[in-house]
Formats: sequence, structure tokens, C-alpha cells
Amino acid sequence: MISPSFFLAVGAVLFGIGAAGLLIRRNPLVMFMCIELMLNAVNLTFVAFANKLNDVGGQVVVFFVLVVAAAEVVVGLGIIVAIMRRRPGADADDLSLMKG
Amino acid sequence: MFAAQIVQGVTVGVAALIAIMGAFGVVGLRNPVHNALSLVATLFGVAVLYVAQGAYFLAAIQVIVYAGAIVVLFLFVIMLLGVDKVQSLAKERSSATLLLGGALGAGFAVMALVAALAGTGWDGAITGEQSVTGVLDSTNDLNQLGEALFTKYVFAFEITSLLLTIAVVGAVVLSRKPKGDPIDLDEFPPIVSDTEPEPAEVES
Repeated sequence: MISPSFFLAVGAVLFGIGAAGLLIRRNPLVMFMCIELMLNAVNLTFVAFANKLNDVGGQVVVFFVLVVAAAEVVVGLGIIVAIMRRRPGADADDLSLMKG
Repeated sequence: MFAAQIVQGVTVGVAALIAIMGAFGVVGLRNPVHNALSLVATLFGVAVLYVAQGAYFLAAIQVIVYAGAIVVLFLFVIMLLGVDKVQSLAKERSSATLLLGGALGAGFAVMALVAALAGTGWDGAITGEQSVTGVLDSTNDLNQLGEALFTKYVFAFEITSLLLTIAVVGAVVLSRKPKGDPIDLDEFPPIVSDTEPEPAEVES
């Protein structure tokens, strides 16, 4: 039996990599992938606690996170397509019109 | 029995390694198509870790929904926009930003680890409250998940359908061709050229 701490550590590492990627990458598509990475890390933590605490609630939360992630990707990619259609090659630093 | 434990340990270790390597690929590779394929590797690794913890249904859903649908959507958009060619290659962050981003990411990881392990008493023994909804039976996780979903969490489940409807409507609205004149380039200045000198690298 593998200790739940191992899964929690893997989740934390994945979350850290995703957060760093979100901060250093400028391509909006890659930033989106980093968000998916962070969501997956949190899901892994939820499953680890659900398994260890013997509670199905953690797995239910993962199910909802999956649904919300799917909806988020659909809307987010729609926004990216809309931006790229107006300004081909735009990246996160170019979208500064709302900066005061 | 002992051999089975070794096999399980090796499988989980390899899966975790694949997941972490894939995550590095998502962040580090320059071509967005390679990023998306690295994301698939990570998602499969995480799915194997789900199986190792008895969450078989979630592992299947992970592969079908994430690797099968979401990543395909990503690849579709990458191909549609043609960003797999040059754009993101030329422009990169300066080394100072890379360092700062990496340090912040490492800080996030350490924080997450401390927060998670604080609940386990640091040795894998979870100190939190044990189940109140019934013992999780790893041979029958789908039944338990479905029962919880349609009894205790039924309201959240219904709200989910509303969320999906809103997302579909939003996607349709966003992806329509904008009406009217093309955008005014005085109001939206063109993107600065890629040949701009990198200020951080000059002094040597």
C-alpha cells in the first residue's frame, strides 16, 4: 500500500509546475494548458484524501471539477479564437487595453 | 503478495514520473502541439494514479473527457489558428522573469505540500475526520459515486446542467464572426516586431 503522502507530493509538484508555467509563458493556449495542469493536481489531491478518509465526497468533487473544467475550456478557447481572429499572433502581453 | 506490492510501487512510481515529465513538457516545450501532447502524457499518468487509489471510474472519465475531448479541442484550436508555426518561438521571457516565475512556482509547490501534509500528520496517517457517508469500497466505486451524486449532491448536479448550457451558448456567441467593420488599427496598435532587442541579455 502506497502512502497517501506520495500522491499528495505528486499533486503539489504538478501544481507548482502549472503555476510556474502560467506565470512564465505568454502564449494564451499554453497558459490554458497550465491551468488544466493545476486542476489535475488538485483532483489528484482530492482522490488521495477520498481514498484515505474513506469518503466518496472527494471523488464527487473531482467529478464536478471535471465538468467545470470542460465548460471552462470551451468558453476560454472561444475567447482565444475570437481574439486571434481580430489580432493574429496576439499573446498575453498584447492584451493590455484594459490597463488604465 | 510481496511481489504484487513491488509491482504496484513500480507502476505508481513510473506513472508519477510520466506525469511530472509531461508537466515539464507542457511548460518547457516551444511548439504548442508538443505542449498539448505532453499534456496527454500528464493526464494518462494521473489516470494511472487514480487507478492505484481505487478511483476506477474517475480514471476512465479522465482519459475519455480530458485526453479524448479537451486535448483534442486544444489541438483543433492550435491548428485552426495556425499558432504552431512561428509566433511563440521568437518571443520568450527574459531570464529574470523565468527565474522569478520558477521561484514562485516552487514556492506554490512547497506551500501546497505543507498544506496537504499538515492534514496527514506528516507520516501518511490522516488526522482528519473519517467518512460519514459510508466506507468507500474500491471494488464498487461507480455505484457509490452515482448514489452520492443523485442523493446528497443532486442539487449541485442539477446546477451543473445549467452551467453546461451557459457554456454552450457562450461558445456559440463567442465564435460567431463579428459583424461590422474590421477593427481600427489606430485604436488597437499592431503588435511590436519580434526583432526588438532583449534588454536583459545585452550587458556582458
